[in-house]
Amino acid sequence: MEANNNHQNISQATTDEIERDEMAFDYLIVGAGPAGLATAIRLKQKNADLTVCVIEKASQPGMHSLAGAVIETAALDELFSDWRQTPPDVWVPVTKDEFSLLSASSKTPLPLPPQQRNHDNVITSLGALVAWLVEKAEALGVEVYAGFPAQQALLDEGRVVGVRTGDMGLDKQGSPKDSFQPGMDLKAKVTVLAEGCRGSVSKQLIKHFSLDKNSQPQTYGIGIKELWQLPPGRVTPGLVQHSIGWPLDTATYGGSFLYHLENDQVAVGFVVGLDYQDPRFSPFEAFQQFKHHPTVKPVLEGGEIVSSGARALVEGGWQSLPTMDAPGVMLIGDAAGTLNVPKIKGVHTALWSGIYAADHLVEQADSAGWDQAFRQSPVAKELYQVRNIRPGFQYGLWRGLLNAAWQTLTRGLVPGVMKHHEDHSALKRLSEMTQRDRQWVERDLPPRDRLASVYFAATEHDEDQPVHLQIADPDICTSRCAQEYGNPCTKFCPANVYEMIETEQGRQLQINAANCVHCKTCDIKDPYQIINWVPPEGGSGPNYRNL
Amino acid sequence: MKVLVGVKRVVDFNTRIQVKSDGSGVQTDGVKFSMNPFDEIAVEEAIRLKEAGLATEVIAVSIGGDKNQDTLRSALAMGADSALLVKTDDEIQPLMAAKILKNLVEQQQPKLVLLGKQAIDDDANQTPQMLAGLLGWPQATFASKLEIDGDTAAVTREVDAGLETLSVDLPAVVSSDLRLNEPRYIKLPDIMKAKRKPLEVIDLADLNIAASASIATLKTSAPPQRQAGIKVESSEALVAELKARNLV
Amino acid sequence: MNKILVIAEHANGVLNSSTARAVACAAAIGGEITVAVLTTGSCDVAAQAAGLEGVVSVAELTNPGNAQALAALQAPQLLEISAGYTHVLAPNSTFGKDLMPRLAALLDRPMVTDIMAVQDARTFDRPVYAGNAITTVQVDDDGLVLATVRGASWPPVVQTQAPVTVECQTSDIDLPAHTRFVALDGEQGDRPDLQAAEKVISGGRGLGAAEHFALVEAVADKLGAAVGASRAAVDSGWVPNDLQVGQTGKIIAPDLYIAAGISGAIQHLAGIKDAGTIVAINKDPDAPIFEVADIGLVADLHEVLPALTEML
Repeated sequence: MEANNNHQNISQATTDEIERDEMAFDYLIVGAGPAGLATAIRLKQKNADLTVCVIEKASQPGMHSLAGAVIETAALDELFSDWRQTPPDVWVPVTKDEFSLLSASSKTPLPLPPQQRNHDNVITSLGALVAWLVEKAEALGVEVYAGFPAQQALLDEGRVVGVRTGDMGLDKQGSPKDSFQPGMDLKAKVTVLAEGCRGSVSKQLIKHFSLDKNSQPQTYGIGIKELWQLPPGRVTPGLVQHSIGWPLDTATYGGSFLYHLENDQVAVGFVVGLDYQDPRFSPFEAFQQFKHHPTVKPVLEGGEIVSSGARALVEGGWQSLPTMDAPGVMLIGDAAGTLNVPKIKGVHTALWSGIYAADHLVEQADSAGWDQAFRQSPVAKELYQVRNIRPGFQYGLWRGLLNAAWQTLTRGLVPGVMKHHEDHSALKRLSEMTQRDRQWVERDLPPRDRLASVYFAATEHDEDQPVHLQIADPDICTSRCAQEYGNPCTKFCPANVYEMIETEQGRQLQINAANCVHCKTCDIKDPYQIINWVPPEGGSGPNYRNL
Repeated sequence: MKVLVGVKRVVDFNTRIQVKSDGSGVQTDGVKFSMNPFDEIAVEEAIRLKEAGLATEVIAVSIGGDKNQDTLRSALAMGADSALLVKTDDEIQPLMAAKILKNLVEQQQPKLVLLGKQAIDDDANQTPQMLAGLLGWPQATFASKLEIDGDTAAVTREVDAGLETLSVDLPAVVSSDLRLNEPRYIKLPDIMKAKRKPLEVIDLADLNIAASASIATLKTSAPPQRQAGIKVESSEALVAELKARNLV
Repeated sequence: MNKILVIAEHANGVLNSSTARAVACAAAIGGEITVAVLTTGSCDVAAQAAGLEGVVSVAELTNPGNAQALAALQAPQLLEISAGYTHVLAPNSTFGKDLMPRLAALLDRPMVTDIMAVQDARTFDRPVYAGNAITTVQVDDDGLVLATVRGASWPPVVQTQAPVTVECQTSDIDLPAHTRFVALDGEQGDRPDLQAAEKVISGGRGLGAAEHFALVEAVADKLGAAVGASRAAVDSGWVPNDLQVGQTGKIIAPDLYIAAGISGAIQHLAGIKDAGTIVAINKDPDAPIFEVADIGLVADLHEVLPALTEML
């Protein structure tokens, strides 16, 4: 219940007077995504006697999962021998790759970067993959509990001994309602944090144990995605299309994806590096603009949106990986930051990190040594090789592309590690940026606006619960931030959570917490770092369909 | 007093419904399913009766495919003592559902059957009344308050005219409305316990219930989109327009 | 030739307009329409039913058990008289929804809930998934068609024809004693319930402040309407949660819905898509609410609402 940006609070479990249930497992995994489920599955495969518990904040596993998602499948071969007979519900082998540069009116094919060659890869939906993995995990005896967020880590004499799940049934002021159900303490020999990008408990513990003191700052992107149902005959199942360029300026890193599925569906999305500079910039608007490009709009026009959502992703790569273990706890997948940016893929590295983590636990029965074990793994080598590609784009698109070509040619063998800067510090003040004409067009494809987009995300939060977006100092919003940055939260949030409204008492920040799709962008990009994203009541949040 | 409570597995209330382009129904792939919210209220009420010492046993029943076991496990996690799944992959319409429930009532001999007033998928609002009719039992539909006193129940019903109170002799069928209670949050240890509670699966065919006449669904379509109407220029014009349309 | 029995809903000697709506549906099906009125003996209601346009006869069933409309007591009486009809219809009100399935079970017949449109005498459109999809269903054998009729879809027939004959019949069957009426507590509070009201006026962020909600309430009181609100108004703390109309609040279908200062986010529209007439008052001409409003007025609420209160 505490505001946990004060890390000293996180170990004070005993001072809480509420009597809480307690349960113990051999291993506790926070987050039912590809990394956490791979760990759970591998653990039970290697030792069926272990008790393995996975908790997940979504109302059902997969409902908060969002990725492109074109994935490499070797990790699945490692986990299961006969899985190809009954793959996940969304499963379309890639047949063709296209990579192009967009201007406002045209599209120029570019040579395909080798990292983006998707021969043998598959287009899937992370939600469908997760649902599929959960079935396999449960069949092996893994306990998967959805609707239970980890609220805080439990520490005992400097060691993480488990997590406390969130309280249920608190009203807006934080007082218990009739339905109040205190969160419980889940304990384990080792807690594995698989929360995904910018996990809230991971964030607490990285700070508490200073796990990032030897690494570069983590950097992020925001991905926004829509699944479309189109009129018959437009899609080429298996076609993977990526673009860079318009509607982004060359100082902003990012690009689009358009994946052709079966049954007249396409997944369309856009990723923007959160080191963008312009406080007026809206990633959501950029995505919507991309959809109106003359080569894209004809594909979508007349179709309808099945589901939409957004999620921050890690882009820091090798040099931003924090120390991945601390006493009693391990970080895996994107909770640590294992995504391979040049490949724009994180699912396979998440799965592999989960497999390695399980192997480590089976051998060592402890968290100690996990960081070293991971850094010697093939996935770590994969990340090391491409470590200097993404940082080159700090210097703009063209120099970034040149650097990427150089890094690729040399296979990352040139020594040295390029540096990152924290994304929120990249934001320039209004006074430092002239408002640019982005040649953006009038839009007419759905969604009309961010609220309509949230509708397609089917996000749901009981309105009578504490606001889960904690602002340390709301005065900054109306004073300094309004002046210096023009409240960029009202632009970068893809779900219209933050609004500045005129009231009779003057301009005020209105937090529409119920719109939140749990993407974590605000926690990352807010220039004053006063927004703290904490999990809302269990089961709240988006209900994505095959994203 | 034994209580039988029915639970249906439905597309989650929060899902945005999309009609399949061929008109054969609504999209269900990748969609979340959960217990019908009105049934959840019925389960909650049954458990509260047990906690109050008025019910001795709560049996949750469901009709449908294997996935309904998840729904029954939720009812067990909430506090039901045992569960019964009548397994079938066929579409079960209300009249058939009522006949199946009647069969279970005859086997289990509950003194009270609690059902949700309607399922949020077909919105039929028929099964509780049909079951009561088939059994010749009293029915108290749309209940917002239930008080058991010996062999009778006082039930407050949410009717269009306000709140109606009925007194019914037990056994009876009661259908729950939204305001009957607020279902509890399921506790994690209770989910574990629920895995060990008895869940019996019976094949529908083994109940030997003759098929009922049914209603054919010819097609499913999206509701018509609303269109913009006229604009008026002033408050006076608005009032005149409302009067012309007999709305005020 | 179809023979259609419409079961009348009435209270305190007054025929409910839902009956005239069900008669309108019966007329669309086509055939000879009889209205069944279950009473304790007073002829007032039957006389009203006899004047409904298109009704050919009225069957009044009298029984001391009909003092209140209790399904367990009325279904057996209707079972007696339903023979010979091709259709039995009732309003899809709590009265009809309570009664009809019980009658259907006694007849061992399936039933159609909530007819919105008639395709042919045995084929109907009805809403499912809270109106988010419409199914076309057919009673595809030749047995009795039992159905309830969605009020909002059928404007009531007028009550102007020369009254037809009323056939009075005393029902002497034994009625069960297991169900007893205790009390009816009528309208709660001063305003009608949001969910059941025929008229609703909702306020949104355009009101600007909590105290301006009084402007909405004044119009509501003048109209006898319920008061609702958009999520923005609820989130701003101007009104309690239970007034919220929309996807995460109440889904309503009043005959008249007035949206005052509501932009019309898709979430709000999801709660009013079945409303009869939508009136939008907003100073922003580009507000999405105007794309679905039957009558739109681009103006300042703070002037319009007091003017409406004055004129209505």
